[in-house]
Amino acid sequence: MELPRYHRLRGPYYRLEGSVCPTCARRFFPPRPLCASCKSAGMKPFAFSGRGTLYSWSRVLQPARGFASMAPYVVGMVRLEEGPLVSAQLADADGVDLAIGMPLEMVTRKIRDAEEHGYIVYGYKFRPLLMATRPRP
Amino acid sequence: MRDVSIIGVGQTAVGEHWDRSLRDLAVEAVGAAREDAGIERVDALLVGNMLSGELAGQENVATLVADACGLLPREALKIEAACASGGAALRSAYLAVAGGAHDYVLAVGVEKMTDFLTDGVTSALALAADSDFEAAHGITFAALNAILMRRYMHEHKARHEDFAPFSVNAHRNAALNPRAMYRQPITVEDFVRSPVVADPINILDSAGISDGAAALLLCPASEARRARRAPVRITGSACATDTLGLAERADPLVWQAVADSARLAFEQARIKPNDVDLFELHDAFTIVSVLSLEACGFADRGSALKLAAEGRIALEGDLPICTLGGLKGRGHPVGASGAYQLVEATLQLRGEAGAAQVKGARIGMAQSVGGSGSVAITHILQV
Repeated sequence: MELPRYHRLRGPYYRLEGSVCPTCARRFFPPRPLCASCKSAGMKPFAFSGRGTLYSWSRVLQPARGFASMAPYVVGMVRLEEGPLVSAQLADADGVDLAIGMPLEMVTRKIRDAEEHGYIVYGYKFRPLLMATRPRP
Repeated sequence: MRDVSIIGVGQTAVGEHWDRSLRDLAVEAVGAAREDAGIERVDALLVGNMLSGELAGQENVATLVADACGLLPREALKIEAACASGGAALRSAYLAVAGGAHDYVLAVGVEKMTDFLTDGVTSALALAADSDFEAAHGITFAALNAILMRRYMHEHKARHEDFAPFSVNAHRNAALNPRAMYRQPITVEDFVRSPVVADPINILDSAGISDGAAALLLCPASEARRARRAPVRITGSACATDTLGLAERADPLVWQAVADSARLAFEQARIKPNDVDLFELHDAFTIVSVLSLEACGFADRGSALKLAAEGRIALEGDLPICTLGGLKGRGHPVGASGAYQLVEATLQLRGEAGAAQVKGARIGMAQSVGGSGSVAITHILQV
């Protein structure tokens, strides 16, 4: 694992920071150096609200290296309320009936097993809203 | 640009070659292609490979293959386009010959995957995804495709077993191919009962980890009659790209790079999709077959499953796919798969596909896809 790499990623990983185009105002996650729509440069940082809905998901039974202790874990794509889709792990999904379209919110969690030097990588995950996971009275 | 022909093809059996290295596999395929052509001359070598650094502990792999094949001091380069590396090597060879830089160019796709256990290979394959925003979050390649598959099932009210005909067809055809890895036919019940990898994707949705090498020798069409075998012309060759991250597309179920590369190849060859006699598509997962058929114009959006259910993709159907087993049945040595597709399409057009022969095949299409639809390379071959 590479410490400078995760240091560079602290904006998107900790604050869900993407970018916004100064010309056409389109927002992107992850951040882009050029606007994918109008090709403008000079993109500005933009922090997303972290609220969205579930686009689709999968429960991973055959994990990659560095994720064995978490398996099986759920990954998915989330449609952020500002527009972009983001790929992420879903947290607190055990025992929840996941459904496309359900509301989710960003949380900060450990995203992979600590490796030999013990450095823990934190980043965004998304969890079902508490009100959506509690049994109705 | 000059017209270009394929004058020789060679391939190793696909499988778990525990007693053979990347070098051994490449040497066998290259030797077989040169023997097939009956022509000694090679001006340059292009090696399609995705994971030699990660899985074989070896980069600079084009020099290695050139050296082992006795081709020094000729130009040799590695071409990498993730899972489309084999198709990319042929495209580069095509460009070299068409553009006049070289006359006789070898393209070989080679991959050695089975030295590692599944978690190592799973991590290596995820290198084709966005490292910071997909792979680093534990989103495996199977998981990306599973996300697509669930969404497709949701939008088109499909069931998982509706995807079975693709794998049943691949295994049925692989049983007719002595080079294929999975030669046992499967049933829909086998498909449904198969263990889950990343739900809804199970083992029988997925092309298997394997070793193999496949090679093709190209030359200008004007010189192709010198070869021992009937030449096959490359009438279309095109590559297109899309966002690296799957989530960054306007609609992840629209594989625009696949659509663009197919359209460009059709235009160059001056054909329409329904002129194609067989289609070697990139069936790494059943959902990839579905999205590719729809993107290439063989099926309307949401209707590729119907194409399979009606048996139209079988050898005797009007659009045979994966005629010698495809990635699913033949096996998927990733960086070599694109080269296998082209070798197989060539054999079909030469009438040398044995029991899997598509009768009267004159136009073949081969398409290699890298990442989750982020790069696509399409070739049209004709006799």
